[in-house]
Parts: sequence; C-alpha cells; structure tokens
Amino acid sequence: MSYGAWIMLTGSLVGVTCGIVGCFLILRKMAMLADAISHTVLLGIVLAYLVSHSLEGIYMLVGAGIIGLLTAFLVQVLHTSGVQSDAAIGVVFTSLFAFGVILLSAFAGKVHLDVNHALMGEITFIPWNTLTIGGMNLGPSAVWMLGSVLLINLILIFLFYKEIKISSFDPAMASAIGIPVMFIHYLLMSMVSITTVASFDSVGAILVVAMLIVPGATAYLLTDKLIVMLVISAAIGVIAAIGGYYAALIWNISISGSMASIAGLIFAVTFILSPKHGLMAKLIARRSIVAEQS
Amino acid sequence: MWNELLLTLQDANTQWVLFGSILLGVASGVLGSFALLRKQSLIGDAMAHAALPGICLAFLLYGTKSIGWFLVGAALSGLLATYFIQAIINHSRIKEDTAIGLVLSVFFGFGIVLLTKIAQSKNGNQSGLDDFIFGQAASLVGSDVKVISSVAIVLLIITFLLFKELKLFTFDRQFAKGIGLPTGFINALLMTLIVSAVVIGLQAVGVILMAAMLITPAIAARYWTDRLDRMVIVAGTIGALSGILGTILSSMASNLPTGPVIVLAATVIFIISLVFAPNRGLVSKGLKLYRLRKRVARETVLQTMYDLAEEASISNQSMLFTRDQLLTRRRMATRMLDKNLHRLSREGLLNQTDGKWGLTAPGAKAAYEVTFNNRLFEIYTMYEMRFAYLQLAANDAWEYYEIPSHTLNELMELMAVHEHTPQLDPAHFAKGEKYYIANLESNDSNKRKREVKSS
Repeated sequence: MSYGAWIMLTGSLVGVTCGIVGCFLILRKMAMLADAISHTVLLGIVLAYLVSHSLEGIYMLVGAGIIGLLTAFLVQVLHTSGVQSDAAIGVVFTSLFAFGVILLSAFAGKVHLDVNHALMGEITFIPWNTLTIGGMNLGPSAVWMLGSVLLINLILIFLFYKEIKISSFDPAMASAIGIPVMFIHYLLMSMVSITTVASFDSVGAILVVAMLIVPGATAYLLTDKLIVMLVISAAIGVIAAIGGYYAALIWNISISGSMASIAGLIFAVTFILSPKHGLMAKLIARRSIVAEQS
Repeated sequence: MWNELLLTLQDANTQWVLFGSILLGVASGVLGSFALLRKQSLIGDAMAHAALPGICLAFLLYGTKSIGWFLVGAALSGLLATYFIQAIINHSRIKEDTAIGLVLSVFFGFGIVLLTKIAQSKNGNQSGLDDFIFGQAASLVGSDVKVISSVAIVLLIITFLLFKELKLFTFDRQFAKGIGLPTGFINALLMTLIVSAVVIGLQAVGVILMAAMLITPAIAARYWTDRLDRMVIVAGTIGALSGILGTILSSMASNLPTGPVIVLAATVIFIISLVFAPNRGLVSKGLKLYRLRKRVARETVLQTMYDLAEEASISNQSMLFTRDQLLTRRRMATRMLDKNLHRLSREGLLNQTDGKWGLTAPGAKAAYEVTFNNRLFEIYTMYEMRFAYLQLAANDAWEYYEIPSHTLNELMELMAVHEHTPQLDPAHFAKGEKYYIANLESNDSNKRKREVKSS
C-alpha cells in the first residue's frame, strides 16, 4: 500500500473507533470526561515509560488505561464528596496533566517523548513505524494497535449492547432492573482510555477529543436511533479523516488539525441543514406554524 | 535554603514573574468564583483552548510577536467560542458538555492547523507560539508582565464596581431580569471578564492548564465560606498563594516548569480545603456523622429500655431485662448494644444485677425524655403537612422543647389519640413501683408544660 493510503487507513480507523465510543459519551452527557481522560493519558504514558523504559505500544496502553480509569474514579470520588461535577472534572484533569508535564520535564533527559508529539500527534510518521514479526513486514504498528482496539471495543459493545443502551438512556431504570450501572460506567471509561491511547500517536491526545465528540454530536442531530447513530458517527469519522488528509495535502498543514477542522465543518453544515434537528428545519417549521395561524 | 530563596527573589526577572503570577492568581481566582457558581467552570477550559487560533491569526495578521495583539486575538476567538457554545445549546438538542467539548476541540484543531502554517512561514521560528500551549512563565519579561498586570487590575476594578450586579445575576438570573438589570449585557460582560482572565494567563500557564487557574482556587474557596464576597476574597488569596508557591518552587529547582507547579500548588491547597475545612471538609463531616451515630445508638438503647419497662409495667412483670430481651425488642448490632450498655451504666443511667439491666432514677428520666421526644417526632411525621409551618428541614435535629407550646399541645393530643403517649412516669417506675399513668393526661400535660418552660 502506498504511503498516503496507510495514513488514510490509520485516520479512518481513528475516526471509526472514536466515533463509535463517542456516541455513548454524548448520550451519557460525559463528553467532558473524555476530554479529561484524553489529557491525563499523558501522565499514563510518562509513567509507563518511567516504569518500563520502553515506548512499546502495549505498556502505553496499560499505563494510559490505568490512569484513564483513575481519572474517572477520582472525578466520581470528588463528585460524591460534594464537588459539583464540572469542577471535579476540571480539578482532576488539570492536576494530573500538570503532574505529567512536571515528570516529563524533570526526566526530560531520559524520556525520549516529545510533549508536542504526544498532544498534537504526527500521523506522517505512522507508515515508517512498522510492525515486523519474523522478518515479515506487516505494515504500520499503529494500524494494528488501532485495529485491535476497534475490535475490542466492538466486541464489548456487542456483548453489553443492551446494558449500555439502557443505562445510557435511563440510568435509574437500569439500576432498578439490576444492570450494574457503575460497572458499565467504568467499562466505557476504559474503552475511552484505550481508544485515546491508541489514537494519540496519530492524531494527538487533544485532537482525540475532536474525533470522540464531533462525529457523535453530528450523528445525534441526524437520527433518533442508537444503532443508526453509531453507523453515521463512524462514517463521519472516516469522512473527516480522509477529507482532513486531502485538505492537509493541498494546504500543507497539520493532518490531525485539519481532520479536526473538517469534522467541525461537517458539524456546522449538519447543525444548519439537518432535516429534523437543524437550524433551517426549525425555522421552516416555525414559519409554517405562523402561516397556519394567520 | 533561605539564602538561596533570598537570592532567587533578588533576581529582577523572578520578581517580574512573581508579580505577574500573583496578580494572575488573584484575577482568575476572583472570576473563577463566578464561573464556578454558575456551573460553567469548564467554559474556561474551552475559552483557553479556543484562544489558540486567535493568537495564531493575530500573529499571521500582525507579523511579529506582540502581546497586545495576541490578547486581542485570543479574547476575540475565546468570545466567539463562548457564543458558539451558547448557540449550539440554545438551538439544538445537544447538551452543554458536548457543546463545550465540540467547540473546544474544533477550535484547538484549527489552531494547530494555523500553527503549522506559521511554522512554515519565514519568521515562524521566532514566534514562540508553542509557549502558549504549555505556558512559559519563566520567559515572561517586564513588558509582558506590565500588560498582564494592568489587565488584571482593570478586571478586578470592574468586578469590584459591579459586584452587586454580578452577584445578583449569578444567583438569581430571573430576579435580576425582573428588577430591570440588563442580564444579556451582564452575561456578555462576565464572559468578557473571564475570557480576559484566561487570555492573560495563557503565556504563563498555557492553554491546557489555564482552566485550573479558574477552577481550583474557586472550588477550594467554596469550602471555607458560604458568602460570595468572602469566597471571592478567599479564592483570590488562594490564587495568589499558589502563584507565589509555584514561582518560587520552580525557580529554585532546575527543570521545573512554572505553570504546572502553580497548578499543583493550587491542587494541594484544594485537597487541604477538601479534607480540613471547617463545616464542609471531610474530617469535620466525618466527625459530625460519628457524633450523630453515637447519639442515635445511645438513644436507641435508652428507648428500648423504656419500651420494655412500659410493657412490663402493664403486665406486672419485672423491670429488669436481659440483653436478649433488648435485642428481640429492637434489632441492633450486639457490639453496639454492649458498648452502649456499659457506657450508660458508667454514666449512672443503668445498673446491672445478675446479668439483667435496669434503669436507675436518672436513667429513667433520660429514657423518658428520649422516648417522649422520639414518639412526638413519629406523630409529627404522621401529620407532617399539618405542621408544615414549623419548616423543619429533613436533617434538622428534633427537640420537643424547641417547638412552640400550642403546637406541642396539639402534637400531644394527637399522641394520646394514637395511644402513643409514654405511659410510665419516670419518678415512680425507677423505684420499682409499678405506676401506670394512663387516663391522667390533664395532670400529665400540665407537668410537661412546666418541663417545657423550665428547659
């Protein structure tokens, strides 16, 4: 496969993985928790490096997964001890992130980890960082990592689809009929953490937020059915990734940044033109009511 | 160490940085309090991220690094982001958190795009725009600090002058509108003030950590007071304190970035407040809960003794009871029961004979008081709506002598109707006299009235 195709494949995998997980975050009103986790993942990566002294994907995945869960847990703890939820998120992620940055600068000589790289990603290097097993070149390791995370997410969603669905739409009923709501919450949070980690290498920790939230929010404006929303969200993720790649080629700009911008553009268009929940549709509906009454 | 500290403080550059971070801490603490109380803490985060494209555009248009123009650009794009967030919430079914995350990430992504564009241009290397992402407080120079401080002072003056209006708007927007305050204007003003506080902090603590400067001092201050004016002062002080701590610590150790250290200092202050603050802190809450549990356990044992004595008196049986009798009458943890039995006997309220427990004279009085109080409360809960004028909060301690006497009489009549009146006079049954005081209500209630008055 060509260099560009690998990048587009990586981007699309990011789009699909994030898009699917993002839908649940939006429905559960936890979008900002994803933002928090995507920041604190930095601490997980630094800690994983300091413990294992390697930049292997699997250590990063474990470290970031643990810190992601820790973030969700600390937010929950602060919230139950009386801190309002937005402030709880804000305090937790900024302090963990600050701690990560301090560790990174304190061990700057030893860690071959570029903060800018971690936060903004560099998808252009992806095709060169390949996975070779027994001398066979199997393509970029990022593709394999994203693919396996996508697979894990899909299996988990398939297994717990009904539980996730009910606890997203009606948590009170979910706990009443015996669904372990807290387990589902932490399950989703671990999915968010591993998704973030798998994607941060290509789009950067902060732009993962764009890929998590924007496709889901766009799909939310287009449909009322969860399964349709998941499909649309994944599709928008792919479109944003491919569109972003070409836009970046044309104007010679950051690929991850332009993916986020294209995703934002798609949202803006949907926000105005969506047939049911869009701005135009609402204006027309309002006008027809006025016309009927007069 | 002190010499080293003094030496650091004599450095002119450190003085500037220190001065800047103190004023920044005060301004963001004060304005963060308003954001926190309006439950909009994370909007500060969005504003900080959204400032990035504004800064880049200002650089692209102006050509060189100029803090003044950066502030203007950042403020404009921050305000635009806030406007978008509000518009998305108002005009679609997307909720606030999603709207904030969406606008934040898209603006930041666009900012990154512009950053790469600038890096390619010929004067890109000297722009130092990367500093805005992580903050570079140590690189602040005198002129930067002058701009930061004057903006911070202006923000504080505006907040001080319009404090009453902002306070009213924060707590009761509808009422503020009702008495004719221009709420739309105040909202825009508050947003502008917060955006300005965010913008002046960008260079020192960076885009990502600026949210902490708004949130952490304010939420820490919330633990110390319930009054907005005091909260604003406390938050400002905490902000200044973390600014001082962060600057000094990072200037003394090499390789410690100032911004994150300031944020961690604020977090430490927050954790201290969370745990140790009077009234709201975890320690004080835990103590309160412990005292309440202890009191309830004691009252439960006393009331169970009274209940048993009452039944025994009617059927002419012994007024001494075994542990098992107490446990069958009211289920409770045996360890708790034993502990309280022994404590009560140490206090002289119970005595033990042959493994059986009985109330002493003072014990009988205390048990009667507890039982009377609790039974009266049961009657109150049966007729809660009739006594709604008492305006008891759910968690208030119920003490019968705090209730107005006519209400108390009404409650006692109801208690008699439901045959719930304590039937044993403490003065007699403690002596072992089987004294049954049914049908003596008039006499009894007079006595209780005296009790009420005397206590």
